[in-house]
Amino acid sequence: MSTNGSVGLVQPQQLTFAEEEPFQLDSGATLGPVTVAYETYGQLNADRTNAILITHALSGSAHAAGYHQPDESKTGWWDDCIGPGKAFDTNKFFIICSNVLGGCYGSTGPASPEPATGKPYGMRFPVVTIGDMVRAQVRLIDHLGIDTLLCVAGGSMGGMQALEWAVHYPHRLKAAIPIATTAHHSPMLIALSEVGRQAIYADPAWNNGDYYDADLKPDAGLAVARMVGHITYLSEESMQQKFGRRLQDQVRYGYEFRSEFQVESYLKYKGHNFTRRFDANSYLYVTKAMDYFDLSAETGSVAAAFANSAELHYLVLSFTSDWLYPSYHSKELVSALTAAGADVTYLDVQSSWGHDAFLLEVETMTKLLSGFLERLVQSERVALPPGFSPAASSKEQTKTEAAA
Amino acid sequence: MSGEAEQSAPPRPVVSSGSPVLLRSDLLAIADMVPAGSRVLDLGCGDGALLEYLVRSKQVTGRGVERSEEGMLACVRRGLSVRQGNLEEGLADYPDASFDSVILSQTLPFLNDPAMILSEMLRVGSRAIVSFPNWGFWRCRIEMLVAGRMPQVFDLAERWYEAPRWQAFTVADFCDFCHHLGFGVLEEIYLSRSRRLKSPRYKNLRATTAVFALQRF
Repeated sequence: MSTNGSVGLVQPQQLTFAEEEPFQLDSGATLGPVTVAYETYGQLNADRTNAILITHALSGSAHAAGYHQPDESKTGWWDDCIGPGKAFDTNKFFIICSNVLGGCYGSTGPASPEPATGKPYGMRFPVVTIGDMVRAQVRLIDHLGIDTLLCVAGGSMGGMQALEWAVHYPHRLKAAIPIATTAHHSPMLIALSEVGRQAIYADPAWNNGDYYDADLKPDAGLAVARMVGHITYLSEESMQQKFGRRLQDQVRYGYEFRSEFQVESYLKYKGHNFTRRFDANSYLYVTKAMDYFDLSAETGSVAAAFANSAELHYLVLSFTSDWLYPSYHSKELVSALTAAGADVTYLDVQSSWGHDAFLLEVETMTKLLSGFLERLVQSERVALPPGFSPAASSKEQTKTEAAA
Repeated sequence: MSGEAEQSAPPRPVVSSGSPVLLRSDLLAIADMVPAGSRVLDLGCGDGALLEYLVRSKQVTGRGVERSEEGMLACVRRGLSVRQGNLEEGLADYPDASFDSVILSQTLPFLNDPAMILSEMLRVGSRAIVSFPNWGFWRCRIEMLVAGRMPQVFDLAERWYEAPRWQAFTVADFCDFCHHLGFGVLEEIYLSRSRRLKSPRYKNLRATTAVFALQRF
């Protein structure tokens, strides 16, 4: 299958706005200036109709595909699905991905300097919502000169952003692809977020969010938050397969308190690793934004929220073993979209990987995404970017494959 | 029984992305009952062959409901709008009269509550198009009478122990059922194996498959 193409070396970019007039937030607070870090892959066509916005999950970044250094082995977080010949085919589409507001990968967040003092905001950073994140993306899309996106696609928190786009900016996109997500954060999801936040608060090094100049960072708290997160991304079946009850470096129980089981060392490793790449305050802000997410808050029902968005096309996906955003959350969404009269394609993909499946079930997702996007290309009469021909694309792909 | 005047119905090619697709004759009979340019919901649409034909050849606005992942993937590959669902739970979401035709192809014998599904089809759509195998076919009757075994109808691959259930019924049973529920018959097409019967005379003896278009009285 032709899914091996890479977008290759990519350049991180930044847009700064709200330097004079501050950016209005849902909470009533304002923020300015605002920087949005983003990357783009592929080419825009002549009438600017082939743009797709990819929205990332809790710990993601604008780096969705390709690599930043020539000798780098680690690719962007959704490299399996973005590239020449892949589901989001960069031969056909202009792909945009930006880091969310409140994040820590180049966009303005709690670690950014506060203009008044020049020191990091810390907890003085205003609380942001999924709506605020999307409004910042709208500014980016404006800046790129794109009037209408072909689609917005993302998993988990990325799915919430896709839904927010559909509900609040229906005239600026043709389709939304919310994957493994929900129309509103349930009490259980809020509870799990809160456990993570409490772990950070409980770390003395957190120091009310003021740790950027300190020697010690709230790594222990952030690591525990990430460990809880990781448990929710797996399923009992995938944990059984991955670790079972196997011990890490010993044959017998040691009857002592250190990480003996493989699953324990895995979580410890993942938690520790996370502290090297993520900011604890960002973790607080981004999880809070998810907890506030509720599509039906303004309208009273999810179906009513889509009243003005029924003309869009939707591809909704869930995964059978995902217990964090279970299938019935997606089914509720699909019922609401059907009741609103929207064109919705929905599949509960058979998978044992839990919530992580949205990054792992590449083969099935590629079939679904490319079939859905191909229909959009036809129905919206999307022209391909200059220089595109199927033959040239496959040739180019072989070239990049050979290079890789 | 042999030598009946039966209209030969060669499979009609569908032009779709290069290669022509042949549509099964019972699906073609359904397609003939669907007005061009109308809104169609196909329940249990399988791999989407009928829906794709309707979208491409009759320019309908098509939606499908399918239970299997395999069928779903085939439908999405054909560029169809399909949602995964059980018929029993799927129809409640659809607003009244949101479709012109609601199709139920070769699925009726497998349903737990056929009366409920047909009522729902006629709530969601202004007409219901239903096809089903006919256990009243003369061979079925002989098999039952002579061999004393439940006849295996032409269209069903599953034997009685291979499917969760199938309810055997005949064209006459179905007509009684429609009468009882207050559904009027708009159109009917009968097939003997893959050929269309020219006249509906002795249809319950001669047809292996029946296709009905129904509406509420």
